[in-house]
Amino acid sequence: MIMPEKKKLDLNRREMPKQPPEVRRQNFNEVALGYRAETAIEEAVRCLQCKKPLCVSNCPVEIDIPAFIKRIAEGDFAAGAKKLKEKNLLPAVCGRVCPQEEQCEETCVLIKKGGQIAIGRLERFLADWEAAQGGAPVPRKPKRTGKKVAVVGGGPAGLTVAGDLIRLGHEVTIFEALHKMGGVLVYGIPEFRLPKAIVEREVRYLEMLGVRIVTDFVVGKTRSINSLLEEYDALFVGSGAGLPWFMDLPGENLNGIYSANEYLTRMNLMKGFLFPDFHTPIKEHRRVATVGGGNVAMDCARTALRLGAESRIIYRRSREELPARLEEVENAEEEGVIFEFLTLPLRYIGDGNGWVREIECLRMKLGEPDDSGRRRPVPIEGSEFIMPMDAVVCAIGNSPNPLIADTTPGLEIGKKGNIVADDETGRTSKARVWAGGDVVMGAATVILAMGAGRKAARSIHEYLSSG
Amino acid sequence: MFKVLQNEMHVPNIHLLVVEAPEVAREIKPGQFVIVRPSEEGERIPLNVSDWDREAGTLTIFFMNAGSSTDLLASVEAGSEIPTVVGPLGRETEIEKYGTVLLVGGCYGIGSIYPIARALKDQGNNVVTIIEGRSSYLIFWEDRLAEVSDQLIVITRDGTKGLKGHISRLPEIVSTLDTPVDRMIINGCTHLLKRGSDASRPLGIKTIVSLNPIMIDGTGMCGVCRVTVGSETKFACVDGPDFDGHEVDWAELRQRRRTYITEEVVPTRTSRCEEHAASRRDG
Ligand SMILES: Cc1cc2nc3c(=O)[nH]c(=O)nc-3n(C[C@H](O)[C@H](O)[C@H](O)COP(=O)(O)OP(=O)(O)OC[C@H]3O[C@@H](n4cnc5c(N)ncnc54)[C@H](O)[C@@H]3O)c2cc1C
Ligand SMILES: Cc1cc2nc3c(=O)[nH]c(=O)nc-3n(C[C@H](O)[C@H](O)[C@H](O)COP(=O)(O)OP(=O)(O)OC[C@H]3O[C@@H](n4cnc5c(N)ncnc54)[C@H](O)[C@@H]3O)c2cc1C
Ligand code: SF4
Ligand code: SF4
Ligand code: FES
Repeated sequence: MIMPEKKKLDLNRREMPKQPPEVRRQNFNEVALGYRAETAIEEAVRCLQCKKPLCVSNCPVEIDIPAFIKRIAEGDFAAGAKKLKEKNLLPAVCGRVCPQEEQCEETCVLIKKGGQIAIGRLERFLADWEAAQGGAPVPRKPKRTGKKVAVVGGGPAGLTVAGDLIRLGHEVTIFEALHKMGGVLVYGIPEFRLPKAIVEREVRYLEMLGVRIVTDFVVGKTRSINSLLEEYDALFVGSGAGLPWFMDLPGENLNGIYSANEYLTRMNLMKGFLFPDFHTPIKEHRRVATVGGGNVAMDCARTALRLGAESRIIYRRSREELPARLEEVENAEEEGVIFEFLTLPLRYIGDGNGWVREIECLRMKLGEPDDSGRRRPVPIEGSEFIMPMDAVVCAIGNSPNPLIADTTPGLEIGKKGNIVADDETGRTSKARVWAGGDVVMGAATVILAMGAGRKAARSIHEYLSSG
Repeated sequence: MFKVLQNEMHVPNIHLLVVEAPEVAREIKPGQFVIVRPSEEGERIPLNVSDWDREAGTLTIFFMNAGSSTDLLASVEAGSEIPTVVGPLGRETEIEKYGTVLLVGGCYGIGSIYPIARALKDQGNNVVTIIEGRSSYLIFWEDRLAEVSDQLIVITRDGTKGLKGHISRLPEIVSTLDTPVDRMIINGCTHLLKRGSDASRPLGIKTIVSLNPIMIDGTGMCGVCRVTVGSETKFACVDGPDFDGHEVDWAELRQRRRTYITEEVVPTRTSRCEEHAASRRDG
């Protein structure tokens, strides 16, 4: 297909079909169904192919966006997929879960006119197209450098480092604590947003490139970082922010009160929704409240809904301040999640048998803006009320697990338990140790973790090539 | 994958598992545990380790057939492989020269108290080991424990071996010892841990218990293992599993352990005759 010489601006972002809300709330299949080829081409043709593409400047892994979109417009999907893979190892993942509205799509020139290109959807389309053809051809293996790199953690940060360094000829081993690779992509983000088969496919691709994968290996327990450094020339820590926060409220240890990590892990990693075929149980509660307002909270509330519960979100500010992606909030609303805005839980009340029965809450109003620029919630005195509830999921945040910090002398740790690493290179205070992703930034995003991985890989490669 | 070298019922309902896990065997210390998964669909089962061979790279584990997942683990044949053995997890039991230490093991704890006894003995402690079971046929490893203890006491509920009764006879036992007890350490089921702690409290003996709440990851990621100890919430998998038995909120621990009782225990304890009947009716 040939690009028309001069065409009228087409500002009509092509919609991606979704399962209807009444249907999808009954199943665990993916909600968004992806573009068909014709729609993808229509969307791709809208791209202006900017000489200085502003979209690229806001993609943390520097994908050549106009180039891959051009291939779609021309109908050459194989070439497009190849272009994508040059910079992004996990396009099928990013195309689905990247907050594109605040990354690449936010800086697309067409945003001023409200018609920014649906970059994420196009990325997803190519990745899925390629998978449907039987996957990417495995590139030829580069010459071995003989250098060995250890990667701690099999999340997006670690996968990116491994992918970049293996292609440069280094020997790479990933050590992962859980029995499955993927980090939050497998234990946190639900199947209905990111099918696990996709993550498995990307991990298999890495294995084909020659990355060695060791699961069931807890660095700091099975072996310390110092011990690994005796065997490896360089080491990257991408261990994420997996330590769940609780609110320290009275009654928080009652049965039926979960951290988001527990609730989602039971469902996703352990496949609780297939109990008893998979053996880890998950309770079927009638009324579930999720406390929090981020992507994690949306995932928990939508999971509870699919397990048949009446599902509520309790959030202390208003809809405007919800930190979750708008798309996910809308999905949750369409599916029937009930939002209790400006509400703060105070304590949990048990049923006498150890199970939570009620939450005592307080209503809030919005006051002056705080440091984050969002209006601060202020309690309304005397507004306490009781909400009956069989289960509560606490989705108020996570921080890095102290396991590695505690067992690695010489590694500088910040106030919030994060590993301190250079922004540009990922270097830590410890020689031959790099870090990136959530373990450095605190809970952030997939694409930021991948961007950090890319920078660290570059710096590790420089180090390994200079010595 | 991890190769199972031995897996058999050792005494009624308690199984002995020997599995190859060289990395774990190299690092493990007394009081730490591992998590195993018997199959790809399986639960992650936390289990204490009762012995290891660093050279051969093997772990020895006793487990009780308590429900569906341990039942499945029991069915794994020697020579085959299981997908997960991860560890060592948790903190090791604090081993110092205390003086006289009373060790108490019941159920699988009869096994897992063994490496603790050995380490304490190596440190020059006077080690008195008490093992407890419902009946004589549930007692095992007496000879091995005797080797690493200065004194070994057996208690059976029915009196078919050693003293009759249970750990509540602690005051009598303590009164027969030549030296005061400086510390007590208990491994086994929650019931024993609590009963032992209750018995030692009036005697003023510092008591360490190895807790076994429900766990998933075992690395501090999910929080399901939270226990209240001295009015603070702890994650047993990373802050424990050893805690001061006089500080543990036992009622809460018991209640949390019962979370999945309807999903897990009830189905394995019923015959499922109704289901069979129903399936025949349907066709
Ligand atoms: C429910 C949920 C929904 C989310 N939704 C989105 C979304 O829609 N879009 C988005 O961009 N971001 C989302 N995020 C955030 C995103 O998933 C994370 O920012 C990203 O996964 C961070 O990547 P990482 O590689 O740094 O860490 P992780 O993905 O956390 O991976 C770390 C890995 O290291 C392993 N590990 C930890 N300690 C050790 C150790 N000692 N030894 C060996 N291995 C270890 C962990 O088991 C884990 O597999 C979401 C997060 C959650 C929890
Ligand atoms: C640190 C630790 C060390 C342990 N060491 C041993 C040991 O050496 N030998 C041994 O026989 N048992 C040990 N246990 C207990 C053992 O993990 C449970 O008996 C087992 O998980 C039960 O699984 P099931 O599916 O067969 O039984 P279920 O039918 O699932 O449950 C039976 C009982 O076990 C408890 N339980 C269920 N799932 C878990 C879980 N994931 N973690 C902990 N408890 C659970 C339940 O509360 C219930 O009371 C230990 C537990 C912990 C936390
Ligand atoms: S990886 Fe994310 S930020 Fe980069 S182009 Fe794709 S969707 Fe946009
Ligand atoms: S900024 Fe927008 S229009 Fe320009 S190349 Fe990027 S996606 Fe295309
Ligand atoms: S088992 Fe998950 S935090 Fe302890």
